[in-house]
Amino acid sequence: MKKLKLFTSGIALCAATMAYANDDLIAQMEDPSQWAIQTGDYKNQRYSQLEQINAENVGDLQVAWTFSTGVLRGHEGSPLVIGDTMYVHTPFPNIVYALDLANEGKIIWKYEPKQDPDVIPVMCCDTVNRGVAYANGKIFLHQADTKVVALNAETGAVEWEAQNGDPAIGETNTATVLPIKDKVIVGISGGEFGVRGSVTAYNMETGEQEWRAYSMGPDSDILADPENTTHLGTPVGADSGTNTWEGDQWMIGGGTTWGWYSADMDENLFYYGTGNPSTWNPAQRPGDNRWSMTVMARDIDTGMAKWFYQMTPHDEWDYDGINEMILTEQEIDGEERKLLTHFDRNGLAYTMDRVSGELLVAEKYDPVVNWTTGVDMDPNSDTYGRPAVVAQYSTKQNGEDVNTTGICPAALGTKDQQPAAYSPKTEVFYVPTNHVCMDYEPFRVSYTAGQPYVGATLSMYPAPESHGGMGNFIAWDNINGEIKWSIPEKFSVWSGALATAGDIVFYGTLEGHLKAVHAETGEELYRFKTPSGIIGNVMTYESAGKQYIGILSGVGGWAGIGLAAGLTNPNDGLGAVGGYAALSDYTALGGQLTVFALPD
Amino acid sequence: MKTIHRIMALCLAAGLPMAALAEDPIDPKSYEVSYDEDGRYFTEDDVPTFKIADDGTVDWLTFSGFRRYHAECHVCHGPDGEGSTYAPAIKNSSVDLGYDEFVNVVVNGRNNGNSVMPGFGENRNVMCYLDDIYVYLKARGTDNLARGRPAKKEAKSDVIREDEDACMG
Ligand code: HEC
Repeated sequence: MKKLKLFTSGIALCAATMAYANDDLIAQMEDPSQWAIQTGDYKNQRYSQLEQINAENVGDLQVAWTFSTGVLRGHEGSPLVIGDTMYVHTPFPNIVYALDLANEGKIIWKYEPKQDPDVIPVMCCDTVNRGVAYANGKIFLHQADTKVVALNAETGAVEWEAQNGDPAIGETNTATVLPIKDKVIVGISGGEFGVRGSVTAYNMETGEQEWRAYSMGPDSDILADPENTTHLGTPVGADSGTNTWEGDQWMIGGGTTWGWYSADMDENLFYYGTGNPSTWNPAQRPGDNRWSMTVMARDIDTGMAKWFYQMTPHDEWDYDGINEMILTEQEIDGEERKLLTHFDRNGLAYTMDRVSGELLVAEKYDPVVNWTTGVDMDPNSDTYGRPAVVAQYSTKQNGEDVNTTGICPAALGTKDQQPAAYSPKTEVFYVPTNHVCMDYEPFRVSYTAGQPYVGATLSMYPAPESHGGMGNFIAWDNINGEIKWSIPEKFSVWSGALATAGDIVFYGTLEGHLKAVHAETGEELYRFKTPSGIIGNVMTYESAGKQYIGILSGVGGWAGIGLAAGLTNPNDGLGAVGGYAALSDYTALGGQLTVFALPD
Repeated sequence: MKTIHRIMALCLAAGLPMAALAEDPIDPKSYEVSYDEDGRYFTEDDVPTFKIADDGTVDWLTFSGFRRYHAECHVCHGPDGEGSTYAPAIKNSSVDLGYDEFVNVVVNGRNNGNSVMPGFGENRNVMCYLDDIYVYLKARGTDNLARGRPAKKEAKSDVIREDEDACMG
């Protein structure tokens, strides 16, 4: 480990004198006619300046063209557009197509990796992939089997490959990568297999590994500095990644890193969240389990942690903390600040100062959230920053082999990975959410490498005494911590939103609708039913002077697994069973890109 | 039978409603309790089976199977053995495949192109509870047990507890 440290500080020196390798990507991201990165930009705002399609005319939207991906599995993420080329990815086997937008979408090249099908069953909950990334003439694909591949963007030829993890011990990948400066930063999945989460930087030109930061373990593994890395303003101290674990449980500690990453180039920091600690049985891992469930700010060049904030110490509900961190510049208490807003699985929306890691707002973004009464916001309190847990809903306090009922939200969270959008024009966040509660019963499990390590049984059902649906699409004010409006949905909203300068917001539904709503009021302006349920993210681009909206359909993922047959509420008693909508009554498997435009 | 079953698996995987397909009626002999041993129940062919009393009390294995199913299998096969967009409804498989083939698939897995059932042969969290999961699914597949968590259960017998401890190590 010593060696790695020396090596990384060497890199930091080189980077300071080197021109950034990806000025290209930054230029592409600034050009609104492109969709150059999955997240819209480094801030993860998912906002487009394009306004040809707007609140006045979106009702006239029509399908312009379609493309079948040839794979029938959950389609997450979205295509990219660079110049006249669109890059479309698929779930396992992770095919990449380059389509010629100047030539009716003709296939320029196709890349299909060879992966061992043995990786399929170690991917918890469907073989999704959240898309490719672009920088410096290369397309980066992070395959299910954790191989990172750089392809020549023009020809599809492999330029380098790097193996990030080992599927034999349950390490897999579903996420996109973050190309930044001269690096490609990647995460890992496998929290349900006892994988120890990490982020790793590879050299963008060579694929050589530059640094790796684990979520838990010795300081040299987690790249934390006892004095300079802070948690809510206080230095974390030595051994912070091991001293809240019993024995060497941190070695199979979870805290995986499969969400969307954002970055602030001026601060030289990137941001992401770490997932749940393994197992789901809290009794088997006493302690706060740091740094699972944590918002992380790390130096792009060295991976060194600047600050952490652990949202859910000692998780008892699988509130996997990986959701995206959206960066904005806004006025708060009369002061212009650099903010980070995060909608956590645990049902709380956090607004933080992204430079210092100070916690500014933490409020429920679904009123049914009941496992906590709220976060202690008093800096002088011993429990500063901690959520107050309601004993009735504590699976830890109720103990092993006890079924704790009526917990809101369910393990899939008030929001899962499906990314929210932010409009600088309205200063509002548009958030796809779940409205589902659960019963949770933890029990003892044994660990076998490469085998699921779950340790809890859970049943999920629509939030009781609400509108009966399993989702909402909400508008959120991150300064006051308030919902501005909320659209009830029959199913969880599992599609990433897009906000545009045309005063509209787009999202998809699990039944398969692409919807456009007014950014100010939430009024529905357009809907179209695509061939399969939508768990992909809406994107937009311009080609030959015309604005297009693109969305992948293909039901699946956690949503398809949990909701296909419909949910039942065991607490409703006999007879009520089967009373909730089943997704299989609305849609079937698919794999299609649908592209929309206004009529000529 | 094999082909019907195959078709059913395909339809379910494709998310089609099942009602359209005719099913063979299930012979009650395949699940009726013939005798019991230390809290476990068996058919006349010595195959493990469920027991559900008139007041809805289920035998311990059925209850335990509910728990283990929802920890180990439901992430692919959906809640209550009902199937998902990803994997077939295995409440029917426990009936259609028969005990030996069910066990064979769970222990060794099955690979069907990009549709892969993992082998659980080395996973004690599954292997020590294989009969539990089997009888639970059989109770579901024969429509003897409604969806959701069984409300009442028999106590765990000493022999079942000893066997479990020995198996989990
Ligand atoms: C990682 C996902 C996954 C998990 C976890 C999983 N299965 Fe499966 N299983 C599948 C898939 C996919 C198939 C269909 C394989 C095929 O197409 O032949 C399948 C098929 C089966 C079959 C055969 C179905 C039939 O009628 O032919 C049985 C039985 C089965 N699974 C039992 C189980 C049990 C019991 C568990 C929990 C201990 C479990 N599975 C966990 C994915 C999974």
